[in-house]
Amino acid sequence: MSTAPMSSPLLETAAAEPTAVTDPHFVRVALRSLRRNKVAALSVFVILVLAIVAIFAPLLAPHDPLHTFPSGLSNQGAPMPPGGKFLLGTDESGRDVLSRLIFGARVSLLVGVIATGLASLIGVLVGTIAGYAGGIIESILMRITDVVMSFPLLLFCIALIAVTGPSTRNVVMVIAFGYWTYLARIVRSLVLSLKEREFVTAAKTLGVPDLTILRRHILPHLAPAIVVYTTLGIASSIMIEASLSYLGIGVPLPQASWGQMINSGQQYYQTAPWLLIAPGICLILTVLSFNLAGDWLTDLLDPSDEVTRR
Amino acid sequence: MSQVPTPQQAPTTPPGGAPAGAPAGVHAVEVTDLAVHFRVRRGLGSVHTVRAVDGVSFTVGRGETLGIAGESGSGKSTIARALVQIHRPTAGSMRVGGREAVGLRGSALRAYRRRMQMVYQDPYDSLDPRMNVLRTIGEGLSVRGVARAEHRRQAAELLERVRLPETLLTRYPGQLSGGQRQRVSIARALAVQPEVIVCDEAVAALDVSIRAQILNLLKDIQQDSGISYLFISHDLSTLRFLADRVAIMYLGRIVEHGTATTVFAEPQHPYTQALIAAVPEVRTARVGSRPMLAGEPPDPASPPSGCAFHPRCPRATDVCRTTAPALRRKASGSLAACHHAADAPGGTA
Repeated sequence: MSTAPMSSPLLETAAAEPTAVTDPHFVRVALRSLRRNKVAALSVFVILVLAIVAIFAPLLAPHDPLHTFPSGLSNQGAPMPPGGKFLLGTDESGRDVLSRLIFGARVSLLVGVIATGLASLIGVLVGTIAGYAGGIIESILMRITDVVMSFPLLLFCIALIAVTGPSTRNVVMVIAFGYWTYLARIVRSLVLSLKEREFVTAAKTLGVPDLTILRRHILPHLAPAIVVYTTLGIASSIMIEASLSYLGIGVPLPQASWGQMINSGQQYYQTAPWLLIAPGICLILTVLSFNLAGDWLTDLLDPSDEVTRR
Repeated sequence: MSQVPTPQQAPTTPPGGAPAGAPAGVHAVEVTDLAVHFRVRRGLGSVHTVRAVDGVSFTVGRGETLGIAGESGSGKSTIARALVQIHRPTAGSMRVGGREAVGLRGSALRAYRRRMQMVYQDPYDSLDPRMNVLRTIGEGLSVRGVARAEHRRQAAELLERVRLPETLLTRYPGQLSGGQRQRVSIARALAVQPEVIVCDEAVAALDVSIRAQILNLLKDIQQDSGISYLFISHDLSTLRFLADRVAIMYLGRIVEHGTATTVFAEPQHPYTQALIAAVPEVRTARVGSRPMLAGEPPDPASPPSGCAFHPRCPRATDVCRTTAPALRRKASGSLAACHHAADAPGGTA
């Protein structure tokens, strides 16, 4: 950034700041960026469609996802192929696959969003307190984080579910409990460098109380990082939920979940491949979309450079 | 550490005289034997103590400007940061408006901070990029207890004082130039109505033309409000323009201290002479052989024996290597810590 000497200080102008979540023009800037980036636009579109499908699942689903249709099984008791009354076929119990996929989207998104939201909340809280307070508080919090982090996340979840028993609520809690550590670390390191910035020192020497400094000068600068890592975290959470459900310890039957649909469908992969393909594609598309959207947000918001930028 | 006299307590008025209009009585700032030490870990287990500031005493009168100069690492910024209580002093006393400031906590500390403000070096880092000018200045107004409804009016007044148009209130720092940012930074400091403003290299990052504008602005504000400045700078020409008195620091200690006129006209310490010789504009005929500084300042974790300046000093003798010189009144009227500068008649002040 060059500042050419000018005759009057009033005539000088400088380059604009990069986009920020708190920027009033953020939505406009984001939309312009999406118009240039087709892949990001597509993934945001998929996420929006997914959200609409999840919210309006009862209206969109052609059938009751839990109902076992007598006409849903062939005379030999095999699942019906796609077409006709059942657009994506039926499963081994004669339930409509499309309806189960639609309700499964609800479970996946709900688990993904709530679990990641909880994890972000804990992570930001722990990271901010550790980074800002420093000293013994930081040591204790970060050692706890290290310990939780040293567990393999999936095995950790399996062990916890084994103790608490499978239920949607437990799946959410377990994922949140395993995932908060990543954000806690990122947030702590951001806070560490933020609190050395002169505008934080300036607020402190002005006599602004610590909590106000945290709220006014630290948290807004964490927003890009929180948005980016929460988006990426949703993808991971959906994967973990699917894995847990696939292993039979996630969302309990007969409730529909993509992972569990893949699990029960795999026995029929030769005779009824749609049982695997349909939920598989949904899962891949969803996780991919969240990851790509996260990458796009990383470029747009620049969560790390925000802090070190001059 | 013995009591170090300050130039104002001198029995004779030093040549150049005290700044006109500086009222007598309680000093705005009175720092005595201030020490700020840091413990630095180097390698495995070995802990060094860095004496960033070691036994520094000075005063700043009301409406006066004290300039502190020195190379980087001399401890001048540490003094600034100790005064605004970012660093806690290891020892010594800092009295502001006659009241002790060392050891304050909680609400007493916050009340103290209102009286001592700081303007920072980097105009690109000292303003929150997420807050517009109104909110930035409003933060200071809130600290002073100004009602939110009053913020816009008072912030506009403050902008006027720093010669910025009211229209900038809604701008963000990214939309301002370096000079404008520094003006906003000054307005924010003025918002809490401080008695003292510490300027830590406040114009070092600015273009020369803008630097002069900011320095003039600071002078005008001082004339209007009688505020005191502690102006920290490595740039001697800036200090000669702005400061009433000057303290030269080397390795955590003051090596020369006197009125700006005297220090620049008759530098007593070889280090001061070298600093002045290094600045073309302030080169004077009195400095004979243009002593230039060789080498780097020594490691503050293991300072040299005797006079800390002796490894780089052209006049160093055996006594310099063994005995640290005390800060004494010299013939010019300034205080200097050098064995080879002639003492004022009458010995110690």
